[in-house]
Order: sequence, then structure tokens, then C-alpha cells
Amino acid sequence: MSAEEASPHPSASATAQAVVNDFSITVATVNGSGSQTSNSALVRAIFKMGVPVSGKNLFPSNIQGQPTWYTIRLSKDGFLARRQAHEVVIAMNPATFAQDLADVQPGGALLYDDSIRQPITRQDIALYPMPVKKLVRDREVPSNLRDYVANMVYVGVAAYLFDLDMDAICQALTFHFRGKQKAIDMNYGMAVAAFEWAKANLTKQDPYRVERMNATAGFIMADGNTAAALGSLYGGVQFVAWYPITPASSLAEAYQDYVPRLRRDPQTGRTTVVVIQAEDELAAVGMAVGAGWAGLRAMTSTSGPGLSLMTEYVGLAYYAEVPLVIWDIQRVGPSTGLPTRTAQGDILQAAFASHGDTQHVLLFPGTVNECFEFAWRAFDLAERLQTPIFVLSDLDLGMNQWMTSPFTYPNRPMDRGKVLWESDLERLGGDWGRYRDVDGDGITYRTVPGNRHPKSAWFARGTGHDENARYTESAEVWERVLDRIKKKFDMARQLVPEPIVETMEGARIGLIAYGSTDPAVQEARSLLAGRGFPTDYLRLRAYPFPSAVSDFIRQHERVYVIELNRDGQMQQLLSLAVADRAAQLIPLAHIDGLPLTADWIVQAFTAKEASLS
Amino acid sequence: MTDQPVTETRGQVNLAGLSKAEYRGAPSTLCQGCGHNSIANQIIAACYELNIVPENVVKFSGIGCSSKSPTYFLNRSFGFNGLHGRMPSLATGALFADHTLRGIAVSGDGDSASIGLGQFKHAVRRNVPMVYIIENNGVYGLTKGQFSATAEKGLVLKHQGTNPYMPVDIAWEALVSNATFVARSFAGDPKQVKELIKSAMAHRGLAVLDIISPCVTFNNQDEALHSYAWGKEHEVALHDLAYVPPAQEIMVDYEAGEVREVTLHDGSHIILKKLDRDYDPTDRAAAMQVLEQANRRQELITGLIYIAPAQPSLLALYDLPETPLNRLTEDRLRPSPETLTEILKAFG
Repeated sequence: MSAEEASPHPSASATAQAVVNDFSITVATVNGSGSQTSNSALVRAIFKMGVPVSGKNLFPSNIQGQPTWYTIRLSKDGFLARRQAHEVVIAMNPATFAQDLADVQPGGALLYDDSIRQPITRQDIALYPMPVKKLVRDREVPSNLRDYVANMVYVGVAAYLFDLDMDAICQALTFHFRGKQKAIDMNYGMAVAAFEWAKANLTKQDPYRVERMNATAGFIMADGNTAAALGSLYGGVQFVAWYPITPASSLAEAYQDYVPRLRRDPQTGRTTVVVIQAEDELAAVGMAVGAGWAGLRAMTSTSGPGLSLMTEYVGLAYYAEVPLVIWDIQRVGPSTGLPTRTAQGDILQAAFASHGDTQHVLLFPGTVNECFEFAWRAFDLAERLQTPIFVLSDLDLGMNQWMTSPFTYPNRPMDRGKVLWESDLERLGGDWGRYRDVDGDGITYRTVPGNRHPKSAWFARGTGHDENARYTESAEVWERVLDRIKKKFDMARQLVPEPIVETMEGARIGLIAYGSTDPAVQEARSLLAGRGFPTDYLRLRAYPFPSAVSDFIRQHERVYVIELNRDGQMQQLLSLAVADRAAQLIPLAHIDGLPLTADWIVQAFTAKEASLS
Repeated sequence: MTDQPVTETRGQVNLAGLSKAEYRGAPSTLCQGCGHNSIANQIIAACYELNIVPENVVKFSGIGCSSKSPTYFLNRSFGFNGLHGRMPSLATGALFADHTLRGIAVSGDGDSASIGLGQFKHAVRRNVPMVYIIENNGVYGLTKGQFSATAEKGLVLKHQGTNPYMPVDIAWEALVSNATFVARSFAGDPKQVKELIKSAMAHRGLAVLDIISPCVTFNNQDEALHSYAWGKEHEVALHDLAYVPPAQEIMVDYEAGEVREVTLHDGSHIILKKLDRDYDPTDRAAAMQVLEQANRRQELITGLIYIAPAQPSLLALYDLPETPLNRLTEDRLRPSPETLTEILKAFG
């Protein structure tokens, strides 16, 4: 097959060597203009063409009018971290046009709305003006929807220029609009018209192309918040209380769609989970604590500022030993910070949330698949350990679309922990105490309200209490109970997800990371290996750290801890846990609100290595 | 059989087969003469007389003197002494676990009108199925005598000086938050307290009982609005109130026009005998007016201020199974593997 036949662009063969399935596209739009539809259509279409792809929304804290960017990365090699450089820029926002123009890589392409009349002096890029207004006018679109549909113009033009499959675009829109035919037709129609216009009017001048591959088979494309909601539903969640906050809201909102489909009682057809929007995060967690205490699988989802507010109740749940799950979809703090930007800055806050001696179990999902898995596992852990379990995701993982393995159905029955019902108390002759360590594992038996046995009741409190849950200020009892609670934390080490270790021939340096930075770390390792730095990699998935973590640190000359915060929070936790090797732990901490890039890691790593030699 | 020692020690039992002792709690650790102790005793009496099985009740409280009192009654009921001002959220979550449970919450004016005003009002507007007693004494007891948000302007307290602020009126706050049951009473009027608790127990939503409960240690000066003396002097009952359980005949004969009857959802009645006015507690505007008047006239108005017996409770807004939620097993909580396969198709 000749190049002419393979590509619809006769002139493309004349350009420099084609760059296939390995470039980035950034779309610059105005927030609230409906670009989410067109951007997700592009990403999902590329995914459906079998090409590994990621899409990241870099958006402002604003509803309408502020600039927003969406970066799409295609990578035949499967590297899906954000890249700083972008070869293709689609400029739809006059306010950022000058910057967007300057940001195009030399040899790249600029697609732009031709109503933007600003000087273009660059000679080193391909320019594709798009008559957006005219194309929209030619379609019969209701005037109130024109601005939204306008963004489909760049989808059609990009499809033509980069060889995107229009069928894949149509499938992507079908997914996006959940099969709502009218919306699909209107948007797809606009894309087709734009494609036809481009075919008739544009000459391909750049080397970038998308070609069908088979590298996405067996994967799905999803966001972490939806995965978390689904995972919790499969984990049998019975009570969700929440308060709106970016970037966590979409987790709780996902229940709107899935509860009616998934959680009708097979016996009665009624609903088996309560979702309630509280008046603030403290009330949300308070409700979850009440529900967890009363025997429901309870959770709440929030972000940093909400977690700060919840801290008071977290301490009560810790000391009264109430199971519950708290999702923290991290954003940039301190304070209101950057509400729509990503971070891993709540690690220490979550690990030690509340006054007095508290230590909490944390889970760190690093993929969307793990958001699903950890969502159901968190309930088993919470009810087994009778304590709050934190799941620390972040905006990037929670809100962006990721290629991920399909969610796996829970591979074990629910662990409801040590709960005594009427028949159990009957058997025990009513002789039991809420905080008696009968089994010697630090985990005591509990009853829940609604148990009708006359000896079932006990009085829960955050004040000092003895083994029978009676109020006491006894010095001895206080220390004994608090020490027993710590035993559970030590035991959690064996129950939480193990880290994932990947090794490399000849590596003496280790990397530790967690959560959403995984793709950047994977890519950085590949780049570093090319520069003569083979590395081993441990991806943390939980705190307290299983023993494999300390083994890993001991096995390496030095270990870089890569994370999205200023203070190297995980490195601090690791230094406490493996204190005798703390000097070997080097923080590679970075916080600018954007998803981490491999380039940053490579630069920071090599700079540090140079300073050591 | 000559005698029955067991029956003798248990004494009289109610229709639930329980003696009054089985409704008791631990001995009170509050001050002698504290209004809160009298209220705890009326809770015990009301539950005993209503033949309530203690296991069907869950107790809640926040932090403060009042919030200690749930340990002084219903030992056989579950209870949770939560956080200062945050008890309503705790109760809201817990009561979803078993819809057959009835909540009894005890709070104070510091707990509910100062630090917890927000959670109080939101629990009220959600109509959480519980009795919400606020033992109102205008002062912080446990921290030794600071002003609370219900303290009247001009109140003088030792070490605190003169209160410069206007007070929060709990009954008023409840009303404007769309409460479905608002009553005010006085710990010095135990009979009325008991009848109101019974009525509140039968109400299916949230019942606010704002009970003036004097603090004998820090705020019981004769001229203080939360003192025994002032209460006795200024109490004006809206009506003479009696609770009549379902299926029990109304025995007392009243002259026509002398009484009002409110029927609750379970078929029980609240009989309101007219005193010096004909007061309709189902009229929200009248309720606001009577509170406004009482404040202006410096009266301690007591009785059932407002009731909307037909309003559904929070739980009724959720389509939950008859089986209590906390008794559902995995087969009813975890969706089938086929559903996941179906859902994953959409993400492919």
C-alpha cells in the first residue's frame, strides 16, 4: 500500500517523516463552553482506535468564562503522564491565544477559530484556521446550544487532519451522551460537517497522525471517582453522607446513576443504600460515624478543606472504634488553595487526623482500577479493624479519564468484622464487654443498635472508658485502652494492600511513589535507564507500611520518594517508619497543581544525583 | 405458694413486663437540684408508662451537663455521647440503621443553640425521627458558668459581667426551620414535661422540647430568666396537656369547646384542655405570634406550641426495605457479577 492510499492527505507524504501515535494535543477553550463533550469525544475516539491515550482537564475554579485547557497525550509506547510540550494546539480562546500560539512545539500545528484576529508571526508551525462561526451557522442548531456545538468543529477538523476515525467519534459521543440520540446526532452532525469542510479546504502540512493499533484491547476508559462510587456499591455500602466540594463531588454524584441500577433489594425491590447531602463536611462525617456505629457500611467523600472540618469526628471514631470510610480526593492546599488543581498534600493530615494520639490507616489507589478495588476493600478493613479508613485519591485520578484494566468483581465475601447479634449474646449468656480484648488481637466485639438482646446495649463515648464501655478517668485504664487500640494499627500492616515492586537489571537506586504519579514515574524510569540510571520502583498502596517497604529501602543505596507536595510528606512518614535508614530517603517533592511529568522527575533526579557525586 | 419474692423485688411491671427500675440508668453525677435530673426522671416515667421496650430506643447527646444525662436513664438502650454541638448528625446517620428505633436526644443550650445551632436546625428541617430535648439553662455548667446563646441580654453572672447580646430562642429557631413538633416546658412542672415527652415519643418526626432547666449552681438567681423562681412566677401554660395512647379511650369528659384533640399518626391523641385562651397548635402563624408575645410580655409560655403530625419523617423519604438496613446480608447488598459485566461494557 502506498502512502497515498493509506492517508487521505495526498500532500502528507511530502512533509517530514510522519509522527504516528506519539504526540500531545492541547485544547484551549473558555470554561463552561461545552468543551468537555468535544474533548472527551476526542480522547475516547483515540482509545477506541486502539491507541493508548490520556486526557487531562486543567481547569479554573470558575463556572463560565475563565480559560481552561485540556491536554491529550497519545503514546504508542503506553506512556500516559502529562507532557509539558504539545505538538498540536487547538486555540478557541482569544484571551489565551498569544500564549497558546507561543506554546506550540516547533514543527507542530495550530488549529484556531478564525474569528480570533490576532497576529501570527510564527513560520515554524502548520496553521489551520477554522471558520467556526460559519460552520455552526450553516447547521440548524438551536441558538442556545450554538456555543456548545461549536466545539465539535475542532473535533471534525482534527479528525480530518490527524486521521481520526469518524465512527470512533460517533461511538465516543454515544458513550458521552449515554445513548441520547438527539444530542448525539446534533454533535456528530457538526463534527461531520467540519470534517467535510476540512477535507475540501485544508492541506495537511504537519506530520502528526493517528493510526489504528491494538493496544487498548482489554482496557476501559474511566475516571477514579466513578470507579470509587461503583466499587463502594459492590462493597455493599449502605450509607453515604457528603457535602459538595471540588474535586470530590463527582464521586457522590455518580450514585445518582448507579444506585437505581445496582442497589435495588433483590427481595423487595427497595433501595439498600442511603445517600444524603449534609449541611457541611463535619455533619457528613458525623452522619457516617453514626451509621457506622449502628452497623451500616458507611462512607463520606471530600477533599482537603472538608477533611480539615471532619477532623473532630475522626478522632471520636478512632477512640470510640467506629468503622467508616473517608475518601479524600486531594486538591492543592493549604486553605482554599487551588481548588481545581491536583496534589498529594493531605498525607500527614490524614495519617494523624485529630488531636491526641491517633494513627490512621490510609490507602493510596494508583490507578482507576484500584479506585474500584480499594473502595470495596476499605469497608472490609474498616469493619475488621473498627476504625476510620482513609482512601487518598486526587483530582487527577478522580476526575480525569484514564485507561485502566476493567474493574474486577470482589474476589472474597464481605468481612463484616466482629459483630454480635442476639443469638451470639444468647450463646454467651449475655456476658460480653464492648472493649474486652477477648481474642488478644486488639479487636474487640461490638453490638449495634437494633440488637434486641437485653444485654446488647452499651454507651459509646469519646470520653475515657473501660473495657465495658463505662466512663472512667482511671489513669491505668486510659493507657491500657489506648495501647490496645494501637495494636490494631500494627495489625493493619498485614491486612492492607501490599506495595507493587518493579525491578530493573543492575539497579542500586530505588524510587518510591504512590497514587496518580505512577505514569510519570514509569516513563521517567524508562528515560533514566536510557541515561544510565537503572532504578527499582516501589509503588506504595497503603499506610501503615507493610514490611516489604522497609525491605525495599534497605535493599537500595538510596531511595527517591516522588510526590506532589512541598514537604515530602510521604518521605516524612517513611522516615518515621524506617528511622534507621531515614538518611537514605531523598525527597523529590513538587507542587504546582499540575499532574507530574516524567521530565520533571528526570531533571530533579539527575540534578540530585549530580550533586551527590 | 406463700409469697413471691421475685415479684416483690421487681415491684409493679408495665405491659412490656418491665419494672420501673429497668428504665433507670446510672446514678446522676450532676448537682443536687439540677433541673436535668428531674427531666431524666420524667423520661424514665414516660417510657415506663408508655410500655416502651428500652432496646427500641437509642439515646444521643453532645457535650455538656445535659449531655451527660443519657447515662442516667434507660440503661438497656444503646447510646452515643458524641461531640459538642454535633450530635444531630450522629443521630441522623445512626437512625437509618434500623427504622424501628426511636431516638431520644438530650442536649443543652450551649450544645444546640451556641456551637451546634447549625446541626440542630438541619436535623429539624430533615425531620429526623427523634425526641430532641434541650435542657435550657442559659449557662455553661461544665466549664463553670459562662453565658450561653440563650442567656438573656443584661444577665449578670459571677466572673462574666453583663451579657451584652440578644438571646437565641430555641423554639423560634425550630419553628423557622420547619419543625413538625415544638414544645416548651419547665423542669419545675414535671407533670407537663412527662406528658410532652410522651407526646413527643409518639410523634413520627423530630420533636423539639425546649425545657427550661435551671442551673442551681451558676444561674439560679431569682431575677434570671432560667431560674426556678422566675419560671414559677412567670410560667403561662398554653393548655393543660394529656397524652392518650392509641386504642385507649379518652376517659375524661370535657365540656364541648373546652378541649382540642390532636391525633398522631399511630392513632394516639394529645388532649389539650383550654386554659385562658383557645390555642390551636397546628397553626404555625399563631405559634410564631404566641412566642413573640411571650417574649414581649416576659412570660415563660409552656405547652405544645406547634405540631404537624402528618409530615413524614426523614426515613420515609427513602425507599428502604422493611428489614432494618443493618440486618441486610451480603446477598442483598452486593450486586451480581453480571451487573458489573454490563456496566463495564459502557466504559470500553
